[in-house]
Amino acid sequence: MREIAYDDLVKSVKAMVMHTASHLPEDALKAIEKAYEEEKSEVAKSVLKQILDNAQLAKSEDRPLCQDTGLAVYFINVGEDVKVVGGSIRDAINEATEQAYKEGYLRASTCDCFDRHNLKDEVGYNLPAVIHFDIVPGDKIEIEYAAKGGGSENVSRATVLAPAQGKPGIMNFVKQVISDAGPNPCPPIIVGVGIGGTFEVAAKSSKHALFREAGTPNPNPDLDAFEKELKEELNKLGIGAMGMGGTQTVLAVHIEKNPCHIASLPVSVNVQCHSSRHSHITL
Amino acid sequence: MAEYHMTTPLSDEDVSKLEAGDIVYLSGTIYTARDAAHKRLVDLIEKGEELPFDLKGSVIYFVGPTPPKPGEPIGSAGPTTSYRMDSYSPILIKHGQKGMIGKGKRSQEVKDACKEHKAVYFGATGGAGALIAKAIKKAKVIAYEELGPEAVRELEVENFPVTVINDTKGNDLYEMGRAKYEVKD
Repeated sequence: MREIAYDDLVKSVKAMVMHTASHLPEDALKAIEKAYEEEKSEVAKSVLKQILDNAQLAKSEDRPLCQDTGLAVYFINVGEDVKVVGGSIRDAINEATEQAYKEGYLRASTCDCFDRHNLKDEVGYNLPAVIHFDIVPGDKIEIEYAAKGGGSENVSRATVLAPAQGKPGIMNFVKQVISDAGPNPCPPIIVGVGIGGTFEVAAKSSKHALFREAGTPNPNPDLDAFEKELKEELNKLGIGAMGMGGTQTVLAVHIEKNPCHIASLPVSVNVQCHSSRHSHITL
Repeated sequence: MAEYHMTTPLSDEDVSKLEAGDIVYLSGTIYTARDAAHKRLVDLIEKGEELPFDLKGSVIYFVGPTPPKPGEPIGSAGPTTSYRMDSYSPILIKHGQKGMIGKGKRSQEVKDACKEHKAVYFGATGGAGALIAKAIKKAKVIAYEELGPEAVRELEVENFPVTVINDTKGNDLYEMGRAKYEVKD
């Protein structure tokens, strides 16, 4: 059984979280640059220019890209032949998150869901982290991380369609969600779509779909074609960067599908703002 | 589309000449407030008590900044989504507020209040928090410190770039811009 020291895990995750707050990943940068080239509206183009200038400034001065530094969301695959010594994996992730947010001057954004008071002094600074664990073969720990903002999360939706509604039904639902969202989720956006599974599996898949590098093809050719079709349809909405009107609303559509119950067709749409802050490490 | 440089406090005359789509570079003093602070401000108005700042001609920025690094006035400071302030803004506008800075759609009640009492809603670029912070020269918490990022701050800004979304004539840039680029099958 391979061993990883608790402190090493904390150190690696902390470094990743701090870096991600101020460094827009290459895939998002390239997608926004492409949108800037292709945008027809001058107003939207000037917004995209501001977004690119902001990314440059954040990187060179090591400032958070956005004041909403998000909730820390992790998908973690733990190999069956590896164990963390000196503490639990969950504790290490939470400790790394808290240290990174505190020391990186990032915002503590978790609150009680009813009285809305900030939980930084009782649960921890921007804690708890949102962690989705899976057990996989092997002796590695793979960690995918995203700093997920509230604005784009607020417009995300899930439903269960009747199987007869099929692809057209999915198309209509996604289109309605993005149309209703309009300027609110900070377009240009990446749209994660989870299809099939059960209600919660669809939601989780739509979140995980956002972790794929924007611009990379879906390994499933049918889904890849559906993603392209959806992107084209969504860009017809004319929402544009920050909703000011334009041709470039959606940078990418990412779909993950799962087998589902014969009676159901769950569909979930999770939206990612243009500040698509994600990273991954393997230990 | 016109470009203006304006200094706060804003007058009826200032805001009346603005049209949806115009770009404005704001300078002077503006105030920050999000949901929790708005609720408290409106509670004070309803009780007839004094507010922590003068609403007349004021511009309120919907923002919850990151903590400043040592020696800096403020951390990253881009706009938050504005609809959460929709139930409070018409009351503040009625009592003299002239400008709001945020991002995202506003309710019909807010648009009506802008028309009736002469006020405007400006959009700033969401997710450009590092860039916008450059326009903020000073920041001071003046009320509700316990709210942390949601406390009311007095900001000194220089050429803060904003776009007019809702003007005093009932226009909405989000609707106009989208209508222009929407492709109907």
